Parts: sequence; C-alpha cells; structure tokens
Amino acid sequence: MSTTKKKDFQLVQQFESLKDFHPVLSGLENLQNNALTILVENGFPTIKEEEYKYTGITKRISESISDFRKSAQISGLSQKKITTDLPSWPKDANIIVTNNGYFEGELSSFDENDLSIQPFSKLDPHTLATFIGSIEKPEKDAFTALNTALLENGVMVQIPAGKRVKKPIYLIHYVQPGNDGHCIFPRVFVNANKNAEATIVEMDVFLDEKPVFINSVAEFGIHQNAHVKHYKLQDGHKSAITVSNTSTNVHRDATFTSVVLSLEADMIRNNLSLNLVDGSCEGNMYGLFLLNGRTHVDNHTNVDHTQAHALSNELYKGILNDQSRGVFNGKIFVRKDAQKTNAFQQNSNLLLSENATINTKPQLEIWADDVKCSHGCTTGQLDDEALFYIRSRGIGKEAARALLLYAFAGEVLEQIQEEAFKKYCKKTVNERLGGNY
Amino acid sequence: MLSIRNLHASIEGTPILNGINLEINAGEVHAIMGPNGSGKSTLASVLAGREEYEVTEGEVFFKGKNLLELSPEDRAREGVFMAFQYPVEIPGVSSTNFLRTAVNQVRKYRGQEPLDAVKFLSLMKEKMKLVEIDQKLLSRSLNEGFSGGEKKRNEIFQMAVLEPTLSILDETDSGLDIDALKVVANGVNQLKSADKATIVVTHYQRLLDYIVPDFVHVLFHGKIVKSGPKALAMELEEKGYDWIKEELSGTTA
Repeated sequence: MSTTKKKDFQLVQQFESLKDFHPVLSGLENLQNNALTILVENGFPTIKEEEYKYTGITKRISESISDFRKSAQISGLSQKKITTDLPSWPKDANIIVTNNGYFEGELSSFDENDLSIQPFSKLDPHTLATFIGSIEKPEKDAFTALNTALLENGVMVQIPAGKRVKKPIYLIHYVQPGNDGHCIFPRVFVNANKNAEATIVEMDVFLDEKPVFINSVAEFGIHQNAHVKHYKLQDGHKSAITVSNTSTNVHRDATFTSVVLSLEADMIRNNLSLNLVDGSCEGNMYGLFLLNGRTHVDNHTNVDHTQAHALSNELYKGILNDQSRGVFNGKIFVRKDAQKTNAFQQNSNLLLSENATINTKPQLEIWADDVKCSHGCTTGQLDDEALFYIRSRGIGKEAARALLLYAFAGEVLEQIQEEAFKKYCKKTVNERLGGNY
Repeated sequence: MLSIRNLHASIEGTPILNGINLEINAGEVHAIMGPNGSGKSTLASVLAGREEYEVTEGEVFFKGKNLLELSPEDRAREGVFMAFQYPVEIPGVSSTNFLRTAVNQVRKYRGQEPLDAVKFLSLMKEKMKLVEIDQKLLSRSLNEGFSGGEKKRNEIFQMAVLEPTLSILDETDSGLDIDALKVVANGVNQLKSADKATIVVTHYQRLLDYIVPDFVHVLFHGKIVKSGPKALAMELEEKGYDWIKEELSGTTA
C-alpha cells in the first residue's frame, strides 16, 4: 500500500513522458538529468512524509487527473479573446502571457526599455545554466524535480541594473487542459539586478473547469538594493490542483515582498522560500486564504536568515467555511552569523463552520544569540459580541458578517500596493464574503 | 410607546428577569436603578435583542409591534437604540463606513432613499458638533484603541446619527469622570424630544443630576420593586439599597 510508505512511486510511473525523456534545452542537460534521477529514486511525498503530513496532494493528483501528459497550447487564444475573458484586463501594464505554460510572445507586450522578457528557448546555454535551477533546486521538493525534469519552456524576466519599472508586470497564465494532457508546468525566472525595482502580478486564468494539475516553479534573484513585489492570485475552480514552488534569493539591502491570495481550488500547495543570503535585507510574506466547499490550501513558508541585520515579516490569514481545510507551516531559520535579526510571524484563522479544519505550525530554529523573533497563531470564530454590536445599529446579519470578515481579510489586502490589482482583489474578496449588501 | 408585560428572561437556564412590568410613553425619561446583579443590564440587552438571553414568559410591545419577534437589526430599524455598557472594538472597520452602512440600511427598511456621500458627511458633521466628538476618532477603526470616555461618546454620537425613538443607555456613565459625563448627558439631553423616550440604566444617582428622569424604578432580583419620582434616586444614593431589601423581606415575612 502506497499510503503506508513515505514515498509514492506510482505517480512517477504515471508521467509517461519521464520514461523516454531527453533534455531539450541545451545548457540544462545536467540539471534535468539530475532532476529525473531524484524523482525516480525518491518518488513523490505521501502523508507519511512530515512536510506533507496534512496535504495528501500526491494521492489527490493520482485520483483526480486522468491524463498525465502535458497539455498542448490552447489554439485560438487571441488578443481579442483574452481581453474579453479577463474581467479586468490590466491597462498600462507590461504583460506576459503564457498558454498552458508556454510563453505567448505575440500576446505579450512590454516596454523593452524597462525590461527584457524571453522564452528559455531563446537564451544561450550558458545563461540558462547560470540561472535556471540555481535558486529552486530539484532536490528541495519532488514537484520542483518534476517541473525541472520535464522543462522545455519557461520565461526569463530580466530587469536591468538601476531600472525602476514603473508599470506593473502582469504574468498571466492561461489554463485549459486539452485532449492531449491535463498537466501544466509553468516556469519563470525573475532576475532583478542591482538597484532595480519592479512589481509583478501573477494570476491564472482558467478557460474551463476540467480537472487540471498545475505544477509551477518560480525563481527570483533580487540583487543588491533591488526591490521587488510579487503578488499572486490563485482563484481557479473546484477541479484545479496546484503545486507552486517559489524561491527567492534576497541580497544586501534588497527587499522582496510576497502576497499570495488563495481562493477557489480543489487543492493548493504553496512552498515559498525566502533565502536572505546577505545581511541588511528584508523579506515580507503575506497570505490570505478564503476557502469553502472541500477546498484544501496548504502554505508552507520558509525564511532563512543567514547574515546580520536582516528583517522578515510574515502574516498569513485564513477564513475557512464548510469542510475546507487550511494548513500553515512557517519556518524561520536564524543562522549563527545572523545577529540582530528581526523576524516576525503571525498566522490568524477564522473557522466559520464546525467542519472546517486548520493545521498551523510555526517552526523557529535559532542559532544566533542576539535576535528578535516572535511568532503567534490564533484560531477562532467570528466574534458574536461584535456581530451583535453591528446588528444593533440596524445592519443586517449577513452584512454584519461580511463587514467583519472583510475587515479581517483587509489587513492582508492592504499590503498590495498595485492599485488596479488591489481594487480587483478587494472586490473579489468582498463578493466572496457576501459583501454585496 | 413601550409596554413590557410580565417579562421573564434567563441565560443558560438561570432566570435573571422575573416578571418586569413597565409602561413608557413618548417624551418620558425612565431611570432603572438597582444593586449589582439585579438584572438592569439584562433588561437593556433583552430589549435590544441580545441572543444569549431567552425570554421565557411575557411580552414587549414597541409602537404596537411585538418587539421580541424582531431581529436585533429590525429593532434598530424600528427605532430602538442601546448604548452599550462595553462598546466593542472592531479593528479594520472604519467608523464612518460602518455608520453610513447602518444609516442606509435603516433608511432602506423605512422606504427612504439612501444618503449619498455628501449628505451623509453633512449629517456626520452636524451630529459631531452635538456630542463634541473629534473627527480624528471617526477616521479610525471602530472603537479601536479608544479610551473609555471616547467609546461612550461614540455611542452617543451613533445614537445622534441614527435618531432612535427609544434610547436605552446601559450604564453609559460607568467609568466616566464628571467632565465626560457632562458631555454625554448634554448630548442625550439635546436629542430629547416629545416624540422620543429614554431609558437610563445606571448604578449611580450622579448621572441623574444631568439627565433628569421623570420616573425612577428600582430593580431587585429581576423585578421592579419600587417606582417613584426623581427623589427616589436621591433616597437610594443616601441610604443605599439595603433599606429596600429590608422593606421587601419585611413584607414577604
């Protein structure tokens, strides 16, 4: 029985394309062969594996997905179609479109003076070998290994030194599993050079509600004194399974801020790692998960303080209804040399139903002796006293609930500093919370 | 306006109110006094519709409607307002947004057009003057980090904005110094009119120097055991509640 073991090798067998696999990107042969070896030797994690204890995503993928081939590109994805499909197509933005994980050059538009955007196939072997897999390594997670082994495309975003990209960069993934496979493997590398600044908004746009497995990997290199914000919206449908591995190297005096909003899905597992590889830098991680039905969202975050005077902030909030399940695991490592570290972590959850579950675990490992670290987690119900107070002023029960829930969620939404995207997220969240009174 | 007949209420099976009878007419101010645990705040809460309390017997009619059948929000929309003894802090909800939602939901219930931002703002400004509340307080989250006095003042401000027919002040004076008390009382007095009524629940006679009641009722073991004019409050202040307890045990013995 696979469930009695820590590793599942059956799912590895399901990905038939792994069997006669040949690296297609020159420069990445070693990386890809290595990823394949890791996968074949280690398999996928079952719930016997500590890191996947509450999230049986391997099993869920095995059961829900019937065709383990990569989806081909959606045909007929035109500019006209995408602008009408997306409720609020970003205006005045740099736009990168992927089509079932493949870069869509024709639908992408960006200011070439501000940044360069290239598919991996256009990059020289040396550049590929230098960047890809250097931050998110295949040995870290089986799903990263899978993404890496089957890698044949991806997007490289480079922001030149000293360039402040004023317009937000929208990274829009169009998703529609075809008859030839239900798996989509987006891959992106963002390299923000010294003193660069940019805001990246990432979202999936689902063109139907068929079962789909999205296994994405994103790597961010944030160089000296660069400042990057990454906002991600996960709002799919009840048959969408997502594994997302994001790793960031943050260098001296640089800042990286991540905001992840997880709404509709079957199951989502986010692994987010901030490697504060140098001192005096800052990493922020914010998350909001708003779940209903049987949706299951697992956020595993990891911040690694390696040098002195760095700061990390983390706030994840969950609102769980029906039989939904949330998992939060927040690891903070403070290495021996990381004196004067400030690290803060908070996870707060509201359970709106007796059948909703949250498993939350802070995990701090501190080797330095002069640091300020704090963590906390709270889980509760909506405050009856506050509800009564609001209703006693003439506000209806549903509206009062929505007001309180929105206030709870607002603390995370306020972290988004790209106005158009913030407005869209606020509206979406407010609607989901029943705020249309 | 308000008729309370033989009202019994309990919380988690423990009876708190044991047969309250009270008639309140438009234009009147009624003070409800009594020792701790006599059921004063419970009475206020039951009238406002707090759901933890179970009404086991009796009835309450407000302007001819069965009040006990209405949800808390519908009671407010009908014109009942309770100033809380402990106003709740609600982080993330702006006072202004909250009040505008309240005003417009009340208006909708009454078949009135909603107030637009401009009209609402001028209503706010007018009422702010009345209760001497600082605009800065209202730009913050509802009651968050407010001092005790600021919270009570905000209650009276909300009352002024919502213009209730029946106001119930649940120990609004507790914890206030005399200056804050005067401001609160002044606000309440300015809102008084011939078609409105006020119930003042208090532990101290002091408040009644500023909000002068037409009637004073003494609550004891969940019943009104004595009613009288304002002078009764003075008597209670002087003698405490023991003489009433003695009087009662004398009559029942």
